[in-house]
Amino acid sequence: MRKVFAIILLGIFGFYILSTILLLDFGKRSNNVGQHYLETTVQETGSVNSVTAIIVSYRGFDTLGEVTVLFLAATGLGGILYDKKGKKRKLQHASLIVRVTSQIIYPLIILLGVYVFVHGHLTPGGGFQGGAIIATGVLMMFMSYRTFETNHTILSWIESIAGLTFVTIGFTGLMLGHTFLENFLSLGTPNTLVSAGIIPIIYTAVGFKVGAELTALLDNMLKTIK
Amino acid sequence: MIYYVTSVALILIGMYAVLVKRNLVKIVIGLTIIDAGIHLLLIAIGYVEDATAPIFSMESLTANQMVDPVPQALVLTAIVIGLGVTAVALALVIRLYDHHKTLNINKIRKLKW
Amino acid sequence: MIWLPVFVFVLCVVLIAAAIFAVIQKDLMLAVIGTGIVSVILSALFLILQAPDVALTEAAIGIALTTIIFIITLKKTKRYEE
Repeated sequence: MRKVFAIILLGIFGFYILSTILLLDFGKRSNNVGQHYLETTVQETGSVNSVTAIIVSYRGFDTLGEVTVLFLAATGLGGILYDKKGKKRKLQHASLIVRVTSQIIYPLIILLGVYVFVHGHLTPGGGFQGGAIIATGVLMMFMSYRTFETNHTILSWIESIAGLTFVTIGFTGLMLGHTFLENFLSLGTPNTLVSAGIIPIIYTAVGFKVGAELTALLDNMLKTIK
Repeated sequence: MIYYVTSVALILIGMYAVLVKRNLVKIVIGLTIIDAGIHLLLIAIGYVEDATAPIFSMESLTANQMVDPVPQALVLTAIVIGLGVTAVALALVIRLYDHHKTLNINKIRKLKW
Repeated sequence: MIWLPVFVFVLCVVLIAAAIFAVIQKDLMLAVIGTGIVSVILSALFLILQAPDVALTEAAIGIALTTIIFIITLKKTKRYEE
């Protein structure tokens, strides 16, 4: 009975939504704010990647909000799964091939993650992608060895200092007479590594913060398996 | 055109899982599928025919040959926040199982223990 | 080039089939793998729609991290839907 009602309701809902969305033209260019961002992104910000310039420079305040939401999610998960007794991880060692291979690949994965967030303004990439790659590399080491430990004190210090760097750079722009998160360093020549003002510095801070947060989240969830 | 039909179909499949199914983990899987459908719809709206990715890698690319970059910035934020919502929802599911010893929502009826 | 629209059509059909498979299954481990397949095909479709940043983010977050969080939850609760 419940299934029949649900299917009828979803059928009516889907029919109306589909008949509205099919009125849009697929593949036509329209003159809107995206055109303005594309035309002025190399002169005003100095970065070659247009999506990075929108996330860090034109809409930088929304990125600050997103970093706050991710921090609240990781802290909330640590608070919900809190246990006073402090259990330990009880998985087994993996087999010999997996152990030897993961020791060879682990530094290369960390190097790939650092490369992705340092070159965020030249190639596709950025802070969030690099942080997720670093967390995946540490997860591979967690699953191969039973005794691989990470120090929670150092992780929370790295996360706090990276978050403070983001807000301090914003306030420095405010103190020098411009607006919050204004680009106050020199822009340089485009398409080189040292260019685009404060955009590489902010993305490096975001990459460190997201990597440390996701590692602490995975360690919290893996620690209480019986 | 086929992208619009696929994304609306994904949203409807996800909503069916949230409305009808009784297991808590199945409901969270339904939320993840609704997220995937909405991201595909947003990127398909910003596509321009015979255009390329919005990166000025060579000197000769002009702004008339690129797709719209604003929906891509919005979807990048939305993917990361979807991960955060999934993680907190699954932590609540683990706590509910520890207390009530079942995952059926018809049997978890009391609001206050 | 006539094979690109055919390729996109095949990918969309497999995407909807994987989503229906993930919702109907009673063994929850197979449902989680179905969600992973939806993420992989979605990342390929983002690249065909000329969005490389979004494809990299969906591949890094949707395939590895979401699947492992679901599997850790399944180990602490029941594996079969009753």
